[in-house]
Amino acid sequence: MTPEQQTAVEGLLRSHAAAPGGLLPLLHAVQDQLGYLPPAAVPLIASAFNRTRAEIEGVISFYHDFHTEPPARHTLRLCRAEACQCMGGEALAAQLRDSLGLPDEGVSADGELGLIPVYCLGACACAPALELDGRLHARVTPDKLRQLLQGLKGGEGAC
Amino acid sequence: MLTVYIPMDSVACAVGADDVAQRFAEEAARRGMALDIRRTSSRGLFWLEPLVEVDTPHGRAGFRTVTPEDVSGLLAIDMAAVRDHLLSIGLVDELPYLKSQQRLLFARAGLTRPLSLDDYLAAGGYQGLEKAAAMSGDDIVANVLDSGLRGRGGAAFPAGIKWRTVRQAGADSKYVVCNADEGDSGSFADRMLMEGDPFLLLEGMTIAGLAVGATRGYIYVRSEYAPAIAVLRQAIVIAREHGYLGDNVAHGGHDFDIEVREGAGAYICGEETSLLESLEGKRGTVRAKPPLPALQGLFGQPTLVHNVLSLASVPLILARGAAWYRNFGMGRSLGTMAFQLAGNVRRGGLVERAFGLTLRELVLDYGGGTASGRPLKAVQLGGPLGAWIPPSLLDTPLDYEALAAIGAMLGHGGAVLADDTVDMGRMARFAMRFCAIESCGKCTPCRIGSTRGVEVIDRLLAAGNAEEKSRQHALLDDLCLTMQHGSLCALGGMTPFPVQSALKYFPADFGLTSQENAQ
Ligand SMILES: Cc1cc2nc3c(=O)[nH]c(=O)nc-3n(C[C@H](O)[C@H](O)[C@H](O)COP(=O)(O)O)c2cc1C
Ligand code: SF4
Ligand code: FES
Repeated sequence: MTPEQQTAVEGLLRSHAAAPGGLLPLLHAVQDQLGYLPPAAVPLIASAFNRTRAEIEGVISFYHDFHTEPPARHTLRLCRAEACQCMGGEALAAQLRDSLGLPDEGVSADGELGLIPVYCLGACACAPALELDGRLHARVTPDKLRQLLQGLKGGEGAC
Repeated sequence: MLTVYIPMDSVACAVGADDVAQRFAEEAARRGMALDIRRTSSRGLFWLEPLVEVDTPHGRAGFRTVTPEDVSGLLAIDMAAVRDHLLSIGLVDELPYLKSQQRLLFARAGLTRPLSLDDYLAAGGYQGLEKAAAMSGDDIVANVLDSGLRGRGGAAFPAGIKWRTVRQAGADSKYVVCNADEGDSGSFADRMLMEGDPFLLLEGMTIAGLAVGATRGYIYVRSEYAPAIAVLRQAIVIAREHGYLGDNVAHGGHDFDIEVREGAGAYICGEETSLLESLEGKRGTVRAKPPLPALQGLFGQPTLVHNVLSLASVPLILARGAAWYRNFGMGRSLGTMAFQLAGNVRRGGLVERAFGLTLRELVLDYGGGTASGRPLKAVQLGGPLGAWIPPSLLDTPLDYEALAAIGAMLGHGGAVLADDTVDMGRMARFAMRFCAIESCGKCTPCRIGSTRGVEVIDRLLAAGNAEEKSRQHALLDDLCLTMQHGSLCALGGMTPFPVQSALKYFPADFGLTSQENAQ
């Protein structure tokens, strides 16, 4: 952890550790701020919450949202649940596999794009759906996916 | 001044509503035209989104699937000739899809601005709480009991009984927890309600708090619903400022406040005890019951856990009366149900109707069949743990008991349509895989069984001869039985439903003949 990261974690711990059941909000807050949960933060969190490191690690590993490595510059969360599968969602997954060499989950060779499967984004009436850098897109066609990926390469509006 | 109504619902925006609203603002500015752009909730007519509405002398008229390119043309038309426009759908309230619905919970959908307390109050908001604040907790509970309301989260347990249990439990502190984890594919009614009518949920929770004697409420929202979380947090601040939350709520002498908590991408946290563990800051491992959460729930205290729509039903029951609510529905399925049409469906959206319509009416009359125009193959009702229902069973009434009789369930009311290109062997495999990904790991049939299930289905699908097929098939049946009867909760216990229904109704997709299947 960099000194800046450590300061950030300590600041967040001060505002969260006292709240009843405050661990998930704390983990979200750290991840929102740093982009991921640095493993070196675990001992700090454990001592602030008066729990063991194993417990904290157990919580982090239980939830699909929490990541212990820095994310790629862009994150694409593709819905793989039933309603999207029935509307061409699997073809979008195949498209990502073919065009970026990305399997169901992983980071593109250039390290720019991280792909994460999700199971339902609540857009099932306008399937298939995906979320790119936090923004929801629905009725996604192969063309639209291509445009979205192209847009990332353009650089502008990235991040 | 012309007023246009454009939804701010996240899915409407995901198909362009924000871009359309922005173009309206730009075009109006360019023309020096006074234009009032109101960002409302969504009507839930998602196949029409972005659905733009304008006031006419006869009511609101709508334009369907509007793109930014359409905006300039729309501003140029004569409002008296709205109907002639290519995108016109006429008066929105007259659409058969909407007109035939009984929108109680979603009465304000598409009409009000989600964060306008004035809009909410003008449309009947907080009347239930005003009444409840003047009643005893016992009387509020009696109202909910009389209404016959059953939980909308899936298990359909009578709400009033749970309220009574929590009310009668002696404890220093009690909690009301709203389950807004809505993880089922095909479901989006909770999302629509939270994004579109947040005060309704807050009002329902507050009434529940007064009734059972709780002073604190939590809304546990799945992290995938960031816009809903943001709207709820803002609504809570507004409600507090106006005395609808906080100390001495609605001058009734009770305190009640609400906090929104964000989930972290675990489907199992929709199961109520897993959700409580998660709220306590732990892994979302399912607890054995008893003790019931109503007696020992959050932090070991009596806790009323309800789905979003169950809690949102309460203000109406209080405002209009239990007897009025019972007028809707049939048998033991009372009130209205928010059905959701999703997947490969021509008219996807929200259908709120009293219990009693059939699956055929829902899927064909409302939904219009598949979006692809290909033959309908199956409907999965009630999320990833629900059975795949073949077209031959479409006449089944959509009520809890009738569905149970065909091995299906209503769950949270979501219906996913699949056309004939969908391979049910793959869907069965997906069901097992989903269970493996989302299992909390507490019990063996689910944790190990789901992984073995994927393997057995792979072998069954790959088997080259009849003998091997039938061996794997028998193994799968056996495994499903073990999961069904040996699992602690419905994730392991009901994953066999989509698997076995796929096998039963679509044996050809597994390379089985129906005879082999009958054995
Ligand atoms: C695997 C699993 C997932 C569930 N997911 C949800 C959910 O997302 N939302 C919900 O309200 N109930 C869900 N439930 C049901 C809850 O356990 C519980 O019955 C419900 O919150 C009670 O509220 P109600 O009485 O208002 O239905 C789930 C149950 C299981 C077993
Ligand atoms: S059935 Fe699965 S999810 Fe449910 S308690 Fe057992 S292991 Fe956990
Ligand atoms: S299944 Fe993909 S958004 Fe719901």
